[in-house]
Formats: sequence, C-alpha cells, structure tokens
Amino acid sequence: MKKVLLSIARLAVLVVAAFFAFALSPAEIDAIERPAADSFDADLVAKGRDLAALGNCLTCHQSEGGAPYAGGYGVETPVGTIYGSNITPDPETGIGRWSKAAFVRSMREGLGREGEHLYPAFPYTHFTRVTDGDLEALYAFLMTRQAVAKTVPNPDLPFPMNVRPLLAAWKLLFLDEGAAPSDGLGDELERGRYLVDGLGHCGACHTPRNLFLTEKTDAYLRGGEASGWANPPLAGDIHSPSPWTAVQIATYLDGGFAEAHGVAAGPMAEVAAKLKDAPAADISAMAAYLVSLQTGVAMPSADNSKTATPSERIALGETLYRGACARCHEANGQRGTSAPGSSQGLPLAQSTALHAPDGRNFAQFVLHGVEAPNGEAGWPMPGFADLLTDEQIAAIADYLRHELAQQSVWDDMSERIADIRSQGEVAR
Amino acid sequence: MVAMTVNGKSVSVDADPETPLLYVLRNELELNGAKFGCGLGQCGACTVLVDGKAAISCLLPLAALEGRAITTLEGLGTAEAPGPVQAAFIEEQAAQCGYCIPGMIMRMAGLLAETPEPDDEEIRAALQPNLCRCGTHMRILRAARRAAGRPSEEDNFAFAGSGQNVGGTSS
Amino acid sequence: MTHHRSSSPLIPPITRRGFVAGAGSLTLSFALSGRAAAQSEESGVVDQTAELPGSLSKAPFLDSWIRIAADGAITVFTGKAELGQGIRTALHQIAAEMLGVDPQRIELLTADTDATPNEGYTAASHSMEESGSAIMNAAAEVRAILVQRAAERLGVDAETLRVEDGVVIGGPEDLAYNMLVDGETLHVRYEGRGRKPDPATYKIMGTPFPRTDIPAKLTGAPAYVQDLRLPGMVHARVIRPPVSGARLAEFDQAAVEAMPGVMAVVRNGNYLAVVASGEYQAVEAKRAAEGAARWTGGIALPERSEIYDRLQASAAEETVIHETDAGSGFPVKRLKARYTRPFQMHSSIGPSCAVGLFEDGRLTVWTHTQGVYPDRKAIAELLSMEENAVRLIHMPGAGCYGHNGADDAAADAALIATALPGRPVRVQWMREDEHLWEPYGSAMVVEASAGLAADGTIADWTYDVWSYPHSTRPGGAGNLIAGNLVADPFRLAPPTNIPQPAGGGDRNAVPPYDIPGARVTKHFVTDMTLRVSALRGLGAFMNVFSLESFVDELAEAAGADPVAFRLAMLDDPRAGDVVTAAATDFGWDGWTAPAPGFGRGFAYARYKNLAAYCAVAIELQVTPETGAIRIHRAVSSVDSGQIVNPNGVRNQIEGGIVQSASWTLFEEVLYSPDRIESRDWSAYPILRFDAVPASVRVRPIDRPGEPFLGTGECAQGPTAAAIANAVRDATGVRIRDLPYSPKRLQTALRETEFS
Ligand code: FES
Ligand code: FES
Repeated sequence: MKKVLLSIARLAVLVVAAFFAFALSPAEIDAIERPAADSFDADLVAKGRDLAALGNCLTCHQSEGGAPYAGGYGVETPVGTIYGSNITPDPETGIGRWSKAAFVRSMREGLGREGEHLYPAFPYTHFTRVTDGDLEALYAFLMTRQAVAKTVPNPDLPFPMNVRPLLAAWKLLFLDEGAAPSDGLGDELERGRYLVDGLGHCGACHTPRNLFLTEKTDAYLRGGEASGWANPPLAGDIHSPSPWTAVQIATYLDGGFAEAHGVAAGPMAEVAAKLKDAPAADISAMAAYLVSLQTGVAMPSADNSKTATPSERIALGETLYRGACARCHEANGQRGTSAPGSSQGLPLAQSTALHAPDGRNFAQFVLHGVEAPNGEAGWPMPGFADLLTDEQIAAIADYLRHELAQQSVWDDMSERIADIRSQGEVAR
Repeated sequence: MVAMTVNGKSVSVDADPETPLLYVLRNELELNGAKFGCGLGQCGACTVLVDGKAAISCLLPLAALEGRAITTLEGLGTAEAPGPVQAAFIEEQAAQCGYCIPGMIMRMAGLLAETPEPDDEEIRAALQPNLCRCGTHMRILRAARRAAGRPSEEDNFAFAGSGQNVGGTSS
Repeated sequence: MTHHRSSSPLIPPITRRGFVAGAGSLTLSFALSGRAAAQSEESGVVDQTAELPGSLSKAPFLDSWIRIAADGAITVFTGKAELGQGIRTALHQIAAEMLGVDPQRIELLTADTDATPNEGYTAASHSMEESGSAIMNAAAEVRAILVQRAAERLGVDAETLRVEDGVVIGGPEDLAYNMLVDGETLHVRYEGRGRKPDPATYKIMGTPFPRTDIPAKLTGAPAYVQDLRLPGMVHARVIRPPVSGARLAEFDQAAVEAMPGVMAVVRNGNYLAVVASGEYQAVEAKRAAEGAARWTGGIALPERSEIYDRLQASAAEETVIHETDAGSGFPVKRLKARYTRPFQMHSSIGPSCAVGLFEDGRLTVWTHTQGVYPDRKAIAELLSMEENAVRLIHMPGAGCYGHNGADDAAADAALIATALPGRPVRVQWMREDEHLWEPYGSAMVVEASAGLAADGTIADWTYDVWSYPHSTRPGGAGNLIAGNLVADPFRLAPPTNIPQPAGGGDRNAVPPYDIPGARVTKHFVTDMTLRVSALRGLGAFMNVFSLESFVDELAEAAGADPVAFRLAMLDDPRAGDVVTAAATDFGWDGWTAPAPGFGRGFAYARYKNLAAYCAVAIELQVTPETGAIRIHRAVSSVDSGQIVNPNGVRNQIEGGIVQSASWTLFEEVLYSPDRIESRDWSAYPILRFDAVPASVRVRPIDRPGEPFLGTGECAQGPTAAAIANAVRDATGVRIRDLPYSPKRLQTALRETEFS
C-alpha cells in the first residue's frame, strides 16, 4: 500500500515538476579563488567550529575512517543512498571555489554553487533557519579546514528520484525558507529552539515524515524512525516511566548517557559524540527547550491479559537475563538497580527503550550492543546477535517488560528481532 | 540438563541453567581454552565458536545452548597437531603471556569461516572486541594474515577507511 | 613439559628414583642456598658488591642451578618466573649452549620455594642479568668440571676433549655427563673455572629459538594457575570494601550461607570471602554478599583535577640525585615546562588467581606472584606460620607488568585455605577486584628548566620530579590487602625510596646526555592517596617522556634537528649506535610529511641509565577534528648486550611500544572523592585493534660477549616521548600532560591555527 501511494506521489510530482524544473532553473554563482586560510578571523573560525559540532556536520561529511569533512558517508534514505559531499576547501572536489554567497545559498535554498538542486538528505529545510552571522562563521570554519581531494560517489537513486530538477518542485512545496519568527520564549528557550530546529536539525530524525518524505508539521518532534531504530518522541507525551529533566537531556546530548533513561546508540551515538564538542551553554539551551516540549509520560496501562500469567517464555527470559544481563545491569544482585556496585550498566527498570511502545530499540541494543567511544570511558555493551536466538532475545524482552517495565509484552517480538537482525548493524 | 555439542562431541550438562558457558567449559568440561578475563563482555578472552560464529562465552547462559554446537580452542587442534589458525600463531610466535591469544585465535577462526580471505581492515574489525595487554598486537595481526593465507615479512596493516597506508614503510 | 629421554646407548634409561638418587644433594644444597635474603625488589642493580656473576652471589653452589640425574636427565633451576616475557626460553637456550646439550634434554624448573634458588622478584628487567648470568656461568663451570673429570678418568689432557650433546668425546672412550656425576660432584661453590665458548661458535644462543611454552598455551593445555584443577577443589571469591579503609559494619552472613553450593563464609575483621563448591555459585555468592554487607567510613580520595598540585604540596623527602659543574656556555634563552602523568594500571587481561591447600599444618600456594620467596614471607607472617611450613609454587598467569594483584590473591588463597583444611581452594578475582585493588603506577609531576647558550647547546639544566613510591611489594603482611583487612591488621611497611643509580620515581631522571650545570632532584612523597607500586619501568616511563619531550623542546628552540641535537650530547658509542640505527631505519633524513596532519618524533633512553639502550622513532597522523592519533610507523633499535633470543627481544620491544602507546594515548585511572571509577574496561579504556600501528619494526643490535642488559622495560619511555614529539611535529602543539586522549588533543588543538 505504502509503495503504491509513493508511486502515485512520485508521478504527481513528476508532472508538476516538468513545468517548474524549467521555470526555476537557478543560476550559477561565480567561482572564486580559494580564500587563504589566514584571511578569516580566528574568533569567527572558532565560533564556526562550535556550530559545526552543534550541526553534526561530520556525521554525513566524513566516511568511516576518512578525512573530516571530505564526505563520502552514504546516507540511507527510503528512496536510495545519498553520499555526504566533500565540504573541505579543495578547489576541485570540495567547496574551495565557493564564495560565501554560494555557501549561504546552499544552506538556505539547497542549491550547489552551479545552481544544481541538492537532495534534502542535506537538511536545508532546517539550515535555512540559521542566521547570517552563524553561516558566515561556519563558512570561515570550513574554508580553513584541511583541503582534501576526494570525489564522493553520485547518489544511488532510482528514476525519477535521480532527476535533480524535480527537487525544485519538492522545494516549492516544502521548503519554508528563512528564520522562524521570535515568539517571546525568552533568551534561553529561544536559543534552544533556534539550535534544535536549525543547525541541530533534531526534527530530521525525530519528526515523522509524510509521503513526500517531508517532516509533518503537525507532528513536530513526535518521534520518527531511521535505520531500523525508533527515534523516540521529544515533544508531547514521551516514552519513559518518568520525565526527562533538562540536566538529564544535557548529559545525554553531550555525554551519550543518562543513567535514568538510557544510552545514545545507533544513529544517536554519532550525534552525541559530536555534541560533546559543542559549548555547554548551547547544550543546556537545547535541553531547556526540549524539556519545555514534554507534556507528560505515555505509559500505556498494563494489559493484564498479557501480564497476569507469567508464561514459560517469561521464565526462560528470566534465566537468560540472569546469566547474560544481570552481571552489568544489576548492583549487588538487586534487580533493576544500577549503582556503584554494578559495572555501569543501565538500570533497566528506567530504560526508555524498555518502555517504548514497540521493541525495536530494545532489539537493536541487544543484537548489536553499544560501542564505546574511541579511547574514552563509556558504556559499552556487547552485541548478542551471535549468542542468542531471536526467540531467546524475545524471551528476555518478555521478562523485562513483564517484570521491570510492568507492561504488556511486545507483540511479535521474535519476528521483529528477526527483521532487525536481517537488516544488519547500521553504524549510524 | 542441557544437551549440546562441544568440539564435535555431544555432551549433556547438568548445571544451573543461568550459568554462563565459560564456567561450564572450564569446570564441568575441564577445558582450558576459553579464559576468564572480565565476565562482562568487554575483553574477548572467553571467545569460542557457537554454531560456527565467534561469540563471547562469559555472558552466554547454558539455557541458551540446547542443541547448539560449541567449538573451543581445544577443538581446533593440539600442541602436536595444531589447527591452521593455531599453527599460524605459533609460527609467528604470537604470544607474550598468551592469556588473550585463545580468544584471538577463536575470533580469527570465526572470521575465516565467514570470510575466507579477509583483508587487513576486516581482520582489525574482527579482532576489535578482543583486548591484549602485553601489546602482542603486531604479531597477532601477522598471525592473522598468515592464517588468512597471505603471510608477509613486512608489517603494513591498513587502517579502517584508509584503503592503504599513507605513510607506508621506508627503509 | 615433556621430559625427553635420549635413546643413546651411552645414557642408560633410569627411573625417577634414580634421578633423585643421582642428584644426591637435593636437600643439602637448599639448606645452604634457600635462605639467602631476597634481593631488594626494584633496586635495579645486581648486588654490586658481589663478586660472583648474577644470582650466583646468592646461591653459589652449582647444584642450586644445575643437576644431572643418573639417567642423563638435566634439570636447570631458576628462581625467576615466566611472566610472558619469554625468560623460560632464554634461560633454556643459555643452559643448553653452555652445557653443550640438546635443549630438548633439559628440563627447566622455575620459581618454587621448595626447589629453586631464591632470586627475589622477577622484576625490573633483571632476569637475564641475574638468573641468565648465573645459569650461564654455572653451566660453563659444570661443563668444565665434567670435562676435567672425563680427562682424569681417561688419562688424557682435558684440552683434547670436546662436548657434543652432553657427551664428552675426543678421548679413547665417549663419556656421557651422567656417567661423570655422582652425589657431590656438582655440590661445589662456583669458582669461575669454566671457560665460556667463543660467542662466534654459539649454536643455540643468539638464534630465534621458538618459545617453549607457546604451543601448550595456544592449544588449551593447562598452562596457567587459572587452569589448575586439584581433586576436591572448591571456589572462593573475595568481597572488598567499597573504598579503602572502610569498615564492615553489618553483614547478613546467614543469607549468604543459605545460597546454593555455599560452603563457607570467611570473615576476619574487614576481610570477607565466600567459598562454594561450584565456581558460578561462588560468583553469585559474592554478588549476594556485596548486597548483604554494609560498610562505613573509609578514606576520601582527592579530586582528580587536584592530584598534581596535591602531590607537589605534600611533605616530601628530597634528594639531589645528580649534579654537574657549570659549563662555559651562557644561557641566552630559557625554557620551562611542567609535565604530568596520572595514575595508571597494570590491568592484566586475566584477573589475579591463586590456589591454596592447607594440609597437615603445611600450606601450599600456587600463584603467579613475581616473587615466591618474598610473598611466602609475607604470607607466613599474615598467618603466623613458620616460613618453612609454607610453600609457594609459581605458575604462569596473565602478563603482570609489575606488582599487580598476584601477591594479594596468593594471600587470599592462603587465608581462605587455612579455614578449610584439606581442601584445595581456588580464588579467582573478578575484573573489578583487579581494577579497583591492584596497586597503580604512581601519578607524577616533572618540572624542568633549561638555558640554551648562544651556540645552541644546553647551558644549564634543572629537573625536579615528584612521585609517590614505586614499590610497595611485600615486604611483610602489611603490604598485603588481606593483611590490612584482618581483625588484627598489619601496617604497611614504610615504602622504599629506591636509590640511584636505578631509582624509583627518579628512574631515568638523570639525563643520559653530557649537560653542564645540571641539577636533578627527586621529591619522594609517601603520603599515598591511592595504592601504588611497581608498574613496568617505574618512574622511567614518565621521566623519559618528560626528559625527551623537553630535549625536543630545546632542540626546536635551538633550531636543531632532534636526532643531531641528541647525538651531539651522547658520549657512549653504543648509545650513538642505537640512535643512528633507529634514525636510519626510519629514514629520518629527508623525511617529509606524506600528508597534512602527519608528524614524526624521536626519543632515546638507556633504561635505568645502565640496562638496555633503546631508541624509538614514530610517524603518526593527528585528526584535529576528532583528536584521534593514528600511529603509522614505529621504528626502534635496541642494544641488550649479548642477545640470547633475537625474536624474544623483538617481542619485548614490540610489546613495549604498543603497550606504551596505550598508556600514552588512552590511560588514566578515574576516581572521585568517594570512589575509584575505573572498575572495568569501560572506564579504563586501553588500546584496541583500531589503534594498533600499521607497522612496528625493531632492530636488535647484537653485542656478542657483552653482559646481558635487561630489556623488558626499555621501550616504555622512549615510545611515549616519541609520540609526544611527533604530535608536536604534526600539530605545532606541545602537550605535556598524559594521556593524549582524543578529548585532550581536541581541547589543545582548539587553541591553535592547526585546527
Ligand atoms: S571474559 Fe568474556 S569478554 Fe571478557
Ligand atoms: S599476550 Fe598477554 S594479554 Fe595478550
């Protein structure tokens, strides 16, 4: 069903675009000589560095083990793979010949220097909110990076998605350019919102998308999905036995771990790793704003038909949990706790993943584990994909849902695990 | 009572079903290959093969093992007739204290079962979960290369993502 | 170990009984040698007053080292322990070479208080100097004695006889060694009668003889103390206080005793352990006991950020360890720097383990201690037993790199075993027991100041090092964790301020260069905040890191090439050779960065200023955005004197370089005022395979006929400094604080143009 709708949508877009693609073909901005690195003000560069951290630019603009900002990371989208471009100041393969105007236009309008339309995997629908001053700083920062000659692969997309001019039509419909008006939230909250909606582009993952793969404006930050993970809602009723505090969100954002809720893993691990380098005040502002969006906690009431009688599977789950999980996730043999006595495993009774409406993230954690940050203390967890079967992991899930979350067990958990297993591990 | 295969032999183990495999191997079955290093899934010293795949045994409860096939270091060969991966490690004298090496050998055995001709990046990635404190890594990598069928005199182990080494070696 | 028996008709097969009878002097020789005082543990110098080579000074009778049985079996004894450094193989090679027998025919016994000489600790890279020299000289003399006997028996001139695989030939009749020994033949004092063969004729020494212990370890044969299974053995786990000094206020013993398989709860003051019939039951009982125990009090730890100031502000014993006369150069430029190193861990891959058996009033402990004799003494004191009622037998454990939990685990096994007479008790520490309770390598601070003369030479040099002790080994029972916890606790003995020339915190603090106006001061601080002791290299790691960083800073200020700058100050030609070899192999001259972010660094030291010479050159790459350091190449040269096993030397240096890279890049014990946080690998990350260099090359420089020079620790310092110097070269930033974690790099690079 979804596929059919998508095809109809594509077709419709195609027709409209046939017209607009011609009408809107944007102009090339002249190439410049690559500006000397010392022509930029050092403070501006430093400011740009902070902003680049907040914007998580490296996540897409650096391939695994590759040079920073030289691009090459493949962003998996529902329609195909798009590769982060080389944004080092290399004149041939990077943005060395881009003027500031060209850079600003790309961030605001999603256009390359020569006027080509960029795919919205590059989240210019968010970056369009960024102020001139911040864009100038980012430009200064990027133009003073090490130039790296590296050509990234072309997007791997099916027709008609590979017809760039069609993007013009998409933008016409969905790109709402420019800064959002102030609405008197006060300095910190406004700063937070500016970062969350702009450079931080949290909505790119945490807001559900419509058929045109556009963020639904009426479901702002109500949870999305990416790479087989459920990205939990940040606004409205959140999936957690207790609300997140601003401090917890801040710790999670720049440290990747909030003991009362969870550890950043999957795509979020990368985000937290980059935010570690962002200014603390900005992280606090984002946290303050995000907290203000919470209206409560969504805790579906226990479904007694599923929890009343502990099943055989729950019993098996308990045994497996004790042998495989308790060593780290319990302190001093006390279930559901984690304290100095444990090996820094999360106290599962509080886990956001365990309280989510479906078991996707739980399955991700158990199958693939959590990698420790390179060379720094962290909260690693081994993956159990090669240790436990789908059925066994499902049994642990049942046990934990029943016993610790005190909620109904998740439906079809074995199948869900099999499904996620078959997708393999997605690094970020 | 859990029935499984260990190094090709069927065994039935009567122990608390939550007991991690590591303790079952070392005590009930009196096998020395899998080592206790952390019991937390952080070091790989306890690595064995479960259904042909490298797996830590310290967090793998007996209850999960009904009908599954376990291979330990002992299952690969003996001092007199070492298996190919063991022989590669002996040939490269890839051990200092040697405590981590069984886990390394099992990782390599698991990798080779899936990827018979791994490149350096794949070898590094496969060994990443395993720690060595003596710093025997260069020899372990050499032994891994040898086990993968391409022994070499000169080190030049590619890093992930680099495709090749920029620095290379000069002499 | 297989006992190979020759099928040669000259060597009649004889029973085990024959072996003992033939050895004759088994007990007697130990009555004489076994009680010699233990060598001062980390002191770095083989007793300099002794006239006899190596440990012969402590055990001068030949049969303390070598015995030949009537059946031809040859047993060589060493008081040293195999720690993964390959000592067993090297000693085996020496004995075989000097005796002139096939190595297959020699059985080597390592540290056992009932059998081997007392050689103190296997530490400080001393084993070759001590045990190696002893065995070499004893074996040469045994050979000379037996050849002489053969000559007498055959009525020929000894000069006309030769030895081939343990048989004296060249006379009218071939005589095997075992036909030449009887009861007392070898129970004689070493006198230096043996003539060592010309190194040019060595067949076994100097070759990359394969390690004798590797095949067993790599195929799952029982090889480690962890693998020891005795009939009826039970499993114990210890429960430590949450912080040092805490008291056990409440403990629900009954709850733990009621658990399945639990056989005993051993409680003695603040000492707590559980014993169960199954190992996993013991693990579970430990967890339950941790929940059932309530502790109060305990010492407060410092804030991590304040440790260096605190160290420098503490009361210290100050010693000027080195002073040279002022030179003629007038300083025109002054450089000052302060370097720091945090507490770091041994963190063996296998947590400590020991097996104890208390039977008929005698206690036996199988242990991976580095010193069976000193640990025995401490354990005897702990248990108020006679020393000779206690036997410690060394079995390999995981690599220890110094004073880790081994001695304490042995004491645990001893203490718990005495509570269950007749039962072998296996104590296995859990990961957190090792991480939290092993003694760490000391935090240290160095302050250096130097003047450069107009001609670019160093005009004066002031160097101060602050450190906690680097040896708190037993010692007495007060140096054991159990000793501090029992109801009637023992006090920690005052830690040794290890003197120069080896030094402790000041090891390698004296520059190896010819520098005028130098003054080097050690500040020895005994007010330990965390438990500290010997970690591979002791102060040498930090001092070489600091000193060789500072020399590079001076070279840069003088506009000199770092290698040339060093060579100009080195008098010792062997030092010069090592430096030149590493620079040449690296391709130092003419090197250019292959890509941006690359840098190269060089460093040199002679370990303890009296052991092996080692130079390291490193090429690395820094990614400023992530702070990641990728070591591409490490090139090293080493002069260990006469090389017994070049592959063994390489293995030690390769391992030293990689381990030191891990210390340098990643390692720091984390703690807050109320607890140590580095309880496992998650909070004490070490190098993993993604950070392993692309290439490590080692060139051992052989010095035939020269004395053995301890090698095991010589690469630690130079590696750290070479990394530091390469990071400076790559980024323009000089980082003086260890470790070079991604976070620290990022922070430092933020301030610079480079990023
Ligand atoms: S012992 Fe299993 S991973 Fe460390
Ligand atoms: S060889 Fe000792 S831990 Fe790897």
